[in-house]
Amino acid sequence: MANKSIEHILELSNELRWQIGDDFHDNLTEGIYADAAQIVGDAVQVDNSKKRFRLDRQIDKIVTSKTFGFPIMFLILATVLWLTIVGANYPSSLLAELLLDNVHPVLKSFAASISMPWWLDGFLIDGVYLAVAWVIAVMLPPMAIFFPMFTLLEDFGYLPRVAFNLDSLFKKSGAHGKQALTMTMGFGCNAAGVVATRIIDSPRERLIAIITNNFSLCNGRWPTQILIATIFIGAVVPPAFSSLASLLAVIGIAVLGMAFMFLVSWALTKTMLKGEVSTFNLELPPYRPPRFWKTVYTSLIDRTAIVLWRAIVFAAPAGAVIWLISNIFIGNESIAAWTIHSLDGFGFLLGLNGVILLAYIVAIPANEIVIPTILMLTVLVTGIDGGSGAGVMFELDSITATGDILRAGGWTLLTAINLMLFSLLHNPCSTTIYTIYKETKSLKWTVFASLMPVVLGFIVTFLVAQFWRIIF
Amino acid sequence: MDAKVKSACETCAHFNADGLKKLGINTTNVDFVVALAGNPNTGKSTVFNALTGLRQHTGNWPGKTVARAEGGFEYNNQKFKLIDLPGTYSLLSTSDDEEAARDFILFGKPDVTVIVADANRLERNLNLVLQILEITDKAVLCLNLMDEAKRNHITIDQRTLARDLGIPVVATSARFNEGIPELIHAISEIANGNIICKPHRIKNVPSNIENAVKTLSEEIEKEFPKIPNSRWIAFRLLEGDTQIINALRTGELV
Repeated sequence: MANKSIEHILELSNELRWQIGDDFHDNLTEGIYADAAQIVGDAVQVDNSKKRFRLDRQIDKIVTSKTFGFPIMFLILATVLWLTIVGANYPSSLLAELLLDNVHPVLKSFAASISMPWWLDGFLIDGVYLAVAWVIAVMLPPMAIFFPMFTLLEDFGYLPRVAFNLDSLFKKSGAHGKQALTMTMGFGCNAAGVVATRIIDSPRERLIAIITNNFSLCNGRWPTQILIATIFIGAVVPPAFSSLASLLAVIGIAVLGMAFMFLVSWALTKTMLKGEVSTFNLELPPYRPPRFWKTVYTSLIDRTAIVLWRAIVFAAPAGAVIWLISNIFIGNESIAAWTIHSLDGFGFLLGLNGVILLAYIVAIPANEIVIPTILMLTVLVTGIDGGSGAGVMFELDSITATGDILRAGGWTLLTAINLMLFSLLHNPCSTTIYTIYKETKSLKWTVFASLMPVVLGFIVTFLVAQFWRIIF
Repeated sequence: MDAKVKSACETCAHFNADGLKKLGINTTNVDFVVALAGNPNTGKSTVFNALTGLRQHTGNWPGKTVARAEGGFEYNNQKFKLIDLPGTYSLLSTSDDEEAARDFILFGKPDVTVIVADANRLERNLNLVLQILEITDKAVLCLNLMDEAKRNHITIDQRTLARDLGIPVVATSARFNEGIPELIHAISEIANGNIICKPHRIKNVPSNIENAVKTLSEEIEKEFPKIPNSRWIAFRLLEGDTQIINALRTGELV
């Protein structure tokens, strides 16, 4: 009897649901907000002399507007990148001069004076030390500029506005709007971005955010993009426009990464991770003028130092590995040379080469050391060794010199473009992979998140290479 | 136990007849169960700590609070068990947190639900408040962060608010223990039935929905005469909430 009337109620509710239509949820939510507004209107008084809130609203109207929201976002990104590119040049060459031109010879002569065996000297000083020195010289200055600026924007309260602007795009791709926040965290470091996905409640949407975070160009990849764009893209246009052209190329890659993030999120929600998009309230906190020096200090300590330390920890053994594979011979070829030659064919298909592919294998622990590895291996293969011997990363006085080496290694504009694409689309670094495993506790999704970007990278570079060779 | 006296009320014999004992995690043989709900970052955990004397981690990182925190206090020889629900903005969508909070208020049937709201962002906080008031009619609004509201030159007419919402409203600054004795008093009064709430029901819905809800809730009341939240169940049925449909079938809701 009771069951019968319950079924009657349920039938009635099904019937009524058809009558009132799809807008029910929205109508109810709107009703609640209308009630809330009425109640607050009666009970709450805000003193108008309080200007901060009103200024906030004025700023928000502009930075989250449909017309200006996106241009302002890209303008800010461009400014930050431009300051990073231009500002890092000088301290970078200063550090390189100190660590590579001055300290390295001293270490070498010290090793000679205590008659260190040649292999230990090579392993430690030419392998480990040079890799670490390169990382410090090339990475420290851009990080010391990029991270504080990023933190200042964060403290000011701009990042939630970015999330607000991108929310509808994420929603359209079936992902969570808060993914915009984890994406911006990923621009600093993908491992940090993966941890930050904890703010997403729904497991489905969180998994999407974790898998696609790798499409945010991380700190270890910005320098690669900037360097290659400066050498190859900047050279295509007249000198007056070269820095603008390279800047646009780097931003283009970053935007392409975001496009891939949307695309892959969308594809995942259509196939493996189907489900509803959950709604959420995004808090736009009041703007606060950041406490400049405190922010700079804490971001240097919290972010720059930690990331740099990580790079050094991983670069040291990688430098050693590079030196070893270049100096251990099987027959009359070193392991490195042998591997490079066997990878060359596959590399050609992708518009890359064996050196680049081997470099990406060696550099799995840290994206930061891709370029130094490529340089070193190129030198090994081409035989232009600058007098330093096999497996030694020798000093690069200028960006032009770097370009000359790469061109000697057979690089073309296509190689450069595809390297930039592959730098965006390849497996996450080992730290990120480990973090993904810790956060998902799933071997399956960890493997998927690691391999999917590489496969995408192969496909994209392959297609670009084929079209390029047909057209030119 | 020897908490510092922060309010004149706390020393008043009339107000504090048999004293307040903070019981920490000792929650056996309780007389009443109190749920603590609210938006994230409204100082919910601070209120929880102030009531129980516990030191639950008060972080600013949504998603860090995973486990449900429980604690207790004794007031006028009655034992209250306090349950800190995860912070949510709403009870209408799909996340685990929202489901946990909703399930406790709906199926756990707490004797009192304390809704903690940020006085600086009352309008947005009311979204959750109004939804909870559709589910339960034994609730008190804890208007927290009053110190910040004062600094932001926001004044709130508590009487009007209490009348509009139909539940007691207590202003607090939990960080400084201000208003906590008054909050405890209000909780006790509601639990003992000395205050009967007449909670606000959502009004601004289009008439076709209102009619559907009315038809449905009348049917529900016919079947379950004692149900306090027939309107809310009607809302959920119209939304097609399978959990509620199942609960209705198994009779868990009554």
